[in-house]
Amino acid sequence: MQIQILLNEKKVTAQIAPDMLLIDFLREQGCNSVKRGCDTSNCGLCTVFVDDKPVLSCSLLAARADGHRVITLEGLQEEAEGFGAYIADEGAEQCGFCNPGLMMNGIAMFRENPDPTDEEIKEYLAGNLCRCSGYEGQLRGIRAYINYKKSQAEGGKI
Amino acid sequence: MLTINQYVKASSLEEAYELNQKRSNVVLGGMLWLKMQKRNVGTAIDLSGLGLDTIEETESEFRIGAMVTLRQMELHKGLNDLTQGAARESVRHIVGVQFRNMATVGGSVFGRYGFSDVLTFLMAAGAEVELYKRGRLSVEEFAYLPYDNDILTYVIVPKRPVRAAYLSQRNTKTDFPVLACCVTEIEREIRCVVGARPMKAVCLRDEKGLLVEGITEESAEKFGAYVSETVETSSNLRGSAQYRKIIAGVLAKRALLQIAGEGEKKEKEQEGRN
Repeated sequence: MQIQILLNEKKVTAQIAPDMLLIDFLREQGCNSVKRGCDTSNCGLCTVFVDDKPVLSCSLLAARADGHRVITLEGLQEEAEGFGAYIADEGAEQCGFCNPGLMMNGIAMFRENPDPTDEEIKEYLAGNLCRCSGYEGQLRGIRAYINYKKSQAEGGKI
Repeated sequence: MLTINQYVKASSLEEAYELNQKRSNVVLGGMLWLKMQKRNVGTAIDLSGLGLDTIEETESEFRIGAMVTLRQMELHKGLNDLTQGAARESVRHIVGVQFRNMATVGGSVFGRYGFSDVLTFLMAAGAEVELYKRGRLSVEEFAYLPYDNDILTYVIVPKRPVRAAYLSQRNTKTDFPVLACCVTEIEREIRCVVGARPMKAVCLRDEKGLLVEGITEESAEKFGAYVSETVETSSNLRGSAQYRKIIAGVLAKRALLQIAGEGEKKEKEQEGRN
């Protein structure tokens, strides 16, 4: 079957099998940030945005994305670089495998709630698993990034 | 592994219904549970083009379309105001935001899963389902009907005044519940729904009149003991049947005291207004 997806703001048309999952389609399109961590819809590593909402591409049929706007980390480079630097500064991750999913869902969280409390951060990111860390470094990085964004909004004072 | 030979985005409920009469075909909800199965699907029937993805509010009810996601239910102000946040509490521990942006209310209810938080909440809220052919019936009745090939179109939550509290016990965050409990009081009737037993949710009522004098620490304790004795539970890797019976009693008591607190708060607000 044929689908057409607006992928990272570019129209992509392709022939796919009815049971192709979006993750496999995206990787075929060169979006290698999208990865399988668990394959049981639990780890959040395959997170992409469909119509601006974070979803698990390992559990969505590519056919269901037909006619929709899909954004992967490749389409969010600027936002991801800024946020990622704060995560890296805290040495939050060891292997880094979970990072693309955390970046995507973190960005989704900031868009929904630019100034979340620690509890809200933990709740929003509960579906992003990191097996190296205890999430403390990520939490520090996220807080530091939020403070930076706030200071920017207040005219650059830190 | 799940394989699908054909994918059809249904253009009408009648088309979806006709396709669903064939045994090898299946209606897609969020596809999260289906994906975990080893199954060869003939035609996957997608209802996402039928406008069933909104929560409509009328004077007397909330009509939750079958394709509404758990996240929509979690964030819906009207539904959460009505249930003092029980709607949100029943879903917010389910995996993560991304998962809840996909899992559908229709899929959760039609599946009538033994682990379901959603079924537990909706049964306690006195909700009904609307099936394309059969029409409306209570979630409580629907939960125990045999699986058939009808199409679930809406889940309806009546807008009767309700006091509600939802509690669950989990071994770890985002896991299936070891046990879930939702207590409501609707038109003076206490319903205590115990879910994730791990069997389909079951609704217990105050058949012994333990709460007729009101909810106090003492009457809640007695009702909790009654729930613990009465509820049928089972064992799996998350917990034993015996452990679940004890937890059921504890959660029932806590939920009762929570709704009693809500009642007192509302009475005080009312007094304040007068």
